Amino acid sequence: MLLRTAWRRVAAAVPPVPGPGPEAPTRGLRLRVLDHAPQSAVPSDTASAPEVESVLRPLYMDVQATTPLDPRVLDAMLPYLVNYYGNPHSRTHAYGWESEAAMERARQQVASLIGADPREIIFTSGATESNNIAIKGVARFYRSRKKHLITTQTEHKCVLDSCRSLEAEGFQVTYLPVKKSGIIDLKDLEAAIQPDTSLVSVMAVNNEIGVKQPIVEIGRICSSRKVYFHTDAAQAVGKIPLDVNDMKIDLMSISGHKIYGPKGVGAIYIRRRPRVRVEALQSGGGQERGMRSGTVPTPLVVGLGAACEVAQQEMEYDHKRISKLAERLTQKIMKSLPDVVMNGDPEHHYPGCINLSFAYVEGESLLMALKDVALSSGSACTSASLEPSYVLRAIGTDEDLAHSSIRFGIGRFTTEEEVDYTAEKCIHHVKRLREMSPLWEMVQDGIDLKSIKWTQH
Amino acid sequence: MAASSRAQVLDLYRAMLRESKHFSAYNYRTYAIRRIRDAFRENKNVKDPVEIQTLVNKAKRDLGMIRRQVHIGQMYATDKLIIESQEKPKT
Repeated sequence: MLLRTAWRRVAAAVPPVPGPGPEAPTRGLRLRVLDHAPQSAVPSDTASAPEVESVLRPLYMDVQATTPLDPRVLDAMLPYLVNYYGNPHSRTHAYGWESEAAMERARQQVASLIGADPREIIFTSGATESNNIAIKGVARFYRSRKKHLITTQTEHKCVLDSCRSLEAEGFQVTYLPVKKSGIIDLKDLEAAIQPDTSLVSVMAVNNEIGVKQPIVEIGRICSSRKVYFHTDAAQAVGKIPLDVNDMKIDLMSISGHKIYGPKGVGAIYIRRRPRVRVEALQSGGGQERGMRSGTVPTPLVVGLGAACEVAQQEMEYDHKRISKLAERLTQKIMKSLPDVVMNGDPEHHYPGCINLSFAYVEGESLLMALKDVALSSGSACTSASLEPSYVLRAIGTDEDLAHSSIRFGIGRFTTEEEVDYTAEKCIHHVKRLREMSPLWEMVQDGIDLKSIKWTQH
Repeated sequence: MAASSRAQVLDLYRAMLRESKHFSAYNYRTYAIRRIRDAFRENKNVKDPVEIQTLVNKAKRDLGMIRRQVHIGQMYATDKLIIESQEKPKT
């Protein structure tokens, strides 16, 4: 109770704000730090000193799921949420004109990040919609002559689901397998391309294991075989340098909330030279060159544009910092714990996404034990089910290791203290859970788990 | 406006750091302080007065942005992070 008053005093010490009331609104999920004996199912952390009861939020280490808004982005968006609220498609008054000008400026900012022309950027509601437009739109447009698509087994659910729905329409889809490293074999791709292939879709950076696919080589192969190349670059845009002309990309999906922009907005890049024809999915008033009808949400696209501009300026600084922090996290964990496997190719890897498998520890119990840190095992869109991630299955991880994997995300705002805290807690809880594990005991005694015959009673 | 002197740049630097310390959110606060320090350090050897003026103008705009965002952050402030209770809040 005393600590609460102390926090209020600290909060009041900052310059008084003429806001709605002095109470700090605590609408968020609270994390109670108990100081008495554990009463919950999860044994409480005994390492921390018995603190007075306080309400504290967990650290955020799940940037692949979503990212916080950069203050610069919010600052750019607010005028369009407060005063400049015009519809950008209103052609007859200043409200419409200023809104349209902002939309076009944002379009230029997005285009400049990926080396495209602004006319090639279409705003959508997110990368999922962009993926749907790219895959279904291209496939359906060329359906009379081309009936085949190629994608990989580690794509995002929206890509796989779009392909599945196209299969129901009569298309054929080849799902390329990946090597143990998570990267596709280019020879498999070349062999899979048929005369009636219309599209190849390969994601640039995987959201679960962080591997970077060889986009340059894939672009070269597709361009030489006259097949359109689509890449889901939601996790890659603004983090690694991408150029649609150097990499011969014909379609690209961009997501706003993965690059410190707002949720609910994204973009699709559709090449104009040579023109890629796409059948529109959403019918209406013909906005966005007829590709995506509907009022363009000016505040959101302004946010996306600002996020892209900030990302372009900060890419090198962020990459250097994130690489250092990622190295620090993995080194700390792997030095203190045996039997930890990093999933995904260590070389062709985006450093901010670290997927580790802790042998002999159950992933869900580790996540629950690490209640002070917001983490994930597998992607957010599949976390509701109990199945291990299909990406880990595709790279050939054993079932038991797949169940014990945790994804650590390091982003622009992650601090060294957060990384250290996460590493320490992780090491502590893995050790504790292993102590309790009979499998670990058996391994320590030298028994080979694979040789055990599990019998029923 | 006269060309920016060393004193003006330092004043700007101090003002930005001072303002950034008031960010209510731990992650924004630490990022702002770190980025400001690194950005000023990175550009400390710039000699061209036109370039210096451009950078100073950008910094002034960013200072305005920081002020606004600090304000907003305080209006919608929420609980502290678990890590803030354990360290001496020096940043």
